[in-house]
Amino acid sequence: MDMSIALILSQDGITNGAIYALLALALVLVFAVTRVIFIQQGEFVAYGALTLAMMQSGVLPATVWMLVVMGALVTALDGGLALKAGQGRRAAGVAGWNLGYPLALAAALGGLAVDELPLAVQVLLTLAIVVPMGPMMYRLMYQPIASAPVLVLLIVSVALHIAMVGLGLLFFGAEGQRTPAFSEFSLELGPLMVSAQTLWVLVVSALLIVGLYQFFGRTLYGKALRATAINRVGAQLMGISPTLAGKLTFFLAAFIGALSGVLIAPITTIYYDTGFLIGLKGFVAAIIGGLASYPLAAVGALAVGLLEAFASFWASAYKEVIVFTLIIPVLLWRSLTSHHVEEEE
Amino acid sequence: MRADRLVLGAFLALLLLVPAILSPYYVTLLNYIGLYAMVALGLVLLTGVGGLTSFGQAAFVGLGAYTTAALTTATDLPAWLAWAGTSPWLTLVVGLLLTAVVAVLIGSLTLKLSGHFLPLGTIAWGISLYFLFGTMESLGGHTGISGIPAIGLLGWTLDEGGEIYYLIWAFLLVAMLTTHNLLDSREGRAIRALKGGRIMAEAMGVDTSRSRMVIFVIAALLACASGWLYAHMQRFVNPTPFGVHIGIEYLFMAVVGGAGYVWGAIVGAGVITVLKQWLQNWLPSLLGATGSFETIVFGLLMVLVLHRAREGLWPILKKLVPVRAVRKTIDADAEPLPRRTLPKAGELILEAKDVTRRFGGLIANNNMSLEVRAGEILALIGPNGAGKSTMFNQISGVDTPTSGEVRFLGKPVAGHDSREIARMGMSRTFQHVRLLPTMSVLENVAIGAHLRSDKGVLSSAWRLDRAEEARILKEAARQIERVGLAEHMYEEAGSLALGQQRILEIARALCADPCLLLLDEPAAGLRLKEKEALGELLRKLRSEGMATLIVEHDMDFVMSLVDRVVVMEFGQKIAEGLPDEIQQNPAVLEAYLGGVE
Repeated sequence: MDMSIALILSQDGITNGAIYALLALALVLVFAVTRVIFIQQGEFVAYGALTLAMMQSGVLPATVWMLVVMGALVTALDGGLALKAGQGRRAAGVAGWNLGYPLALAAALGGLAVDELPLAVQVLLTLAIVVPMGPMMYRLMYQPIASAPVLVLLIVSVALHIAMVGLGLLFFGAEGQRTPAFSEFSLELGPLMVSAQTLWVLVVSALLIVGLYQFFGRTLYGKALRATAINRVGAQLMGISPTLAGKLTFFLAAFIGALSGVLIAPITTIYYDTGFLIGLKGFVAAIIGGLASYPLAAVGALAVGLLEAFASFWASAYKEVIVFTLIIPVLLWRSLTSHHVEEEE
Repeated sequence: MRADRLVLGAFLALLLLVPAILSPYYVTLLNYIGLYAMVALGLVLLTGVGGLTSFGQAAFVGLGAYTTAALTTATDLPAWLAWAGTSPWLTLVVGLLLTAVVAVLIGSLTLKLSGHFLPLGTIAWGISLYFLFGTMESLGGHTGISGIPAIGLLGWTLDEGGEIYYLIWAFLLVAMLTTHNLLDSREGRAIRALKGGRIMAEAMGVDTSRSRMVIFVIAALLACASGWLYAHMQRFVNPTPFGVHIGIEYLFMAVVGGAGYVWGAIVGAGVITVLKQWLQNWLPSLLGATGSFETIVFGLLMVLVLHRAREGLWPILKKLVPVRAVRKTIDADAEPLPRRTLPKAGELILEAKDVTRRFGGLIANNNMSLEVRAGEILALIGPNGAGKSTMFNQISGVDTPTSGEVRFLGKPVAGHDSREIARMGMSRTFQHVRLLPTMSVLENVAIGAHLRSDKGVLSSAWRLDRAEEARILKEAARQIERVGLAEHMYEEAGSLALGQQRILEIARALCADPCLLLLDEPAAGLRLKEKEALGELLRKLRSEGMATLIVEHDMDFVMSLVDRVVVMEFGQKIAEGLPDEIQQNPAVLEAYLGGVE
């Protein structure tokens, strides 16, 4: 291996690492606030990327129908409860957000020639479809069992993961998709050609991390989420609704997932089931941070990205084996350092 | 004839007749159900009973299948291994040995993982093994290995679905029988204590790490046997059925069927397999596309089960069959368990010297010293938060003192396992009751006798432990009667009132035949009559030579019972003496009632 190959591999590793870092942050956030291990994070990545790809090929993305169905279910549940309590206005509000919005979005997408829209608008529309699924998913799947043991929540996540993979196959088909790059220039740094997409990934990741940092440090909602993460019951006694915290967390996680998908779609071919492995690598990083520390998770993500890049050079067939076997010593170290004297659930 | 045996007999007769009645299609379906149920049975033991969630079982199935496939089809085995390829039965042995070794290796790495880290770990090694099957050239890569011979048995060649059917179900039924036996035994109680009772079990002398390893290896071996049968039924293997997604499916089977129940494995495997078959025929034509869309239904079904019936389908089905659980019988003629010789009255049993325990900046125990002698009851009292329970934990090995010395029967024990200390003859109860709420009072108390008996996993599985088991149950029943819970012996421990649960803990501690009893607030929540009875019991134990250390807030109870009192406040000893002296001690009065102005 010479210097230039090492540089190219590092570039690959850092680009992927940035995406893993974003996913790891979302996973840490979701776990800290709701105790849910968000296995289906990877599916949000794939849904983001493939929804954009569908739009660009001029097809109405099927994910919008999933949004409509989920919204209808939420409306039936929450709207029904509100009506029973005689809160007509609240019921109307629930229906407006959960049913009116998806239907309006579907109508708009049906009416527009989406493939001729500028890329930025397509990206926004993609996020508008995929991101609301996060809070709806929390409402439908997790809220009824929010106090269940972590392991039950984990099995629910795994179940949703396989359901979403199946739906992904139905929506997007078995073919892989790759979207065109956001912009067509590249930067020459010595022997290294840095593509525009790499820069996009790095810049957006950095902006997002800074944004989240500000959100958690400066805003009331951010602080409410942090409070919930530190002490769920205490936060609830202070008037922070765990339901709101859960929905907000899932909103952020879905946003990060879908945006990551949009960002990497021009770099890697995304299949309906690609998300799982991407999400799991985010997990390896999150676990390096003990599912608790954001900076450590980000460092872990870069390490995973680099390891993967170099492993694919030396032993490409064994790339996944290497990445996933290395998680075990990390898990072990984590589990030994975070001392559990009390019983586990 | 007992109703449960009748139902079981009917089920077995039906199984026997299946190949004669049903078409080959259904026989094949039942073959798969049997194979999957065997893996799900391992998960019942591992996840449902032991609380260890694994998504990686499919990898062990693969290990069994690939071992036999590679050995029975290889033409150029090295001489030292050539014997193994000659018969599938030999490759079964090789596969089981190999799986045991791999499971012990993986287990010793990952079973230390706590809580949710473990299932994530199983996903990791599940994926790794799957990719290994697919990338290793010698295993045929992604195309796999074909031409695997059929199994021969006593001159028959089991090369048709209707023939291997009997072998598969024989394997499964034997596995279910042995698992059932195992759970209903000394080792089984230790395994059932893993979920939610590890600290208690360790304090009763159960090596919980070993129990975790035992069920992990058993689950892996069941998966391996299923893989061996699968390879010889299909006569072909490739990596697809051994991926992590199939591992997830196995877990679904266990959870849907009822992860806590042996029969749940068959129910779950049956429901998921039939549903899968049906959905695979039906969904693609409905949706107008090809692919494995059944995962959508499975995923949502799974969420529904976890929302509505977290125990799975078996408990619901069980209600439909009019079979009542059979009560355990106590064999009055069973030989009593051996007892230890108690030290002579007055002999020094426990000595704590300058024990200090810091939690960061907080000093929970500061230079605490106390002594307990045989035939004596020492009370440790003090206001809430004085550090009494922390002191208990230092003495009993649940926690390790920052500095200082604890000597039990003359030997230093600070920092030793609570298990080891329990073996030396110390037994305790907990301030926050620790018992297994769904187990009967009798079985909860029987855990106390763990160290007085030694039958292991194999004897339990094959029912060679019955004589010892009868002795254990007799001893447990004796202790239950002694503490006055006889009428509740067969009830679920969780259904008792809190005061009675504390008494149950005393019976469990006594079942260990200790020479030192540590009781943490035994009288809390008891009514007056019950307190009097408890006092009587403790006096009687004292007269037999038992040393007792008791933490209690009820001063009437303490002062009329104990020989000496040690008073703690803010982690330190502020007074020590006879009950009458303590009640006059100004420092004690100040601690309890505030300063005398």
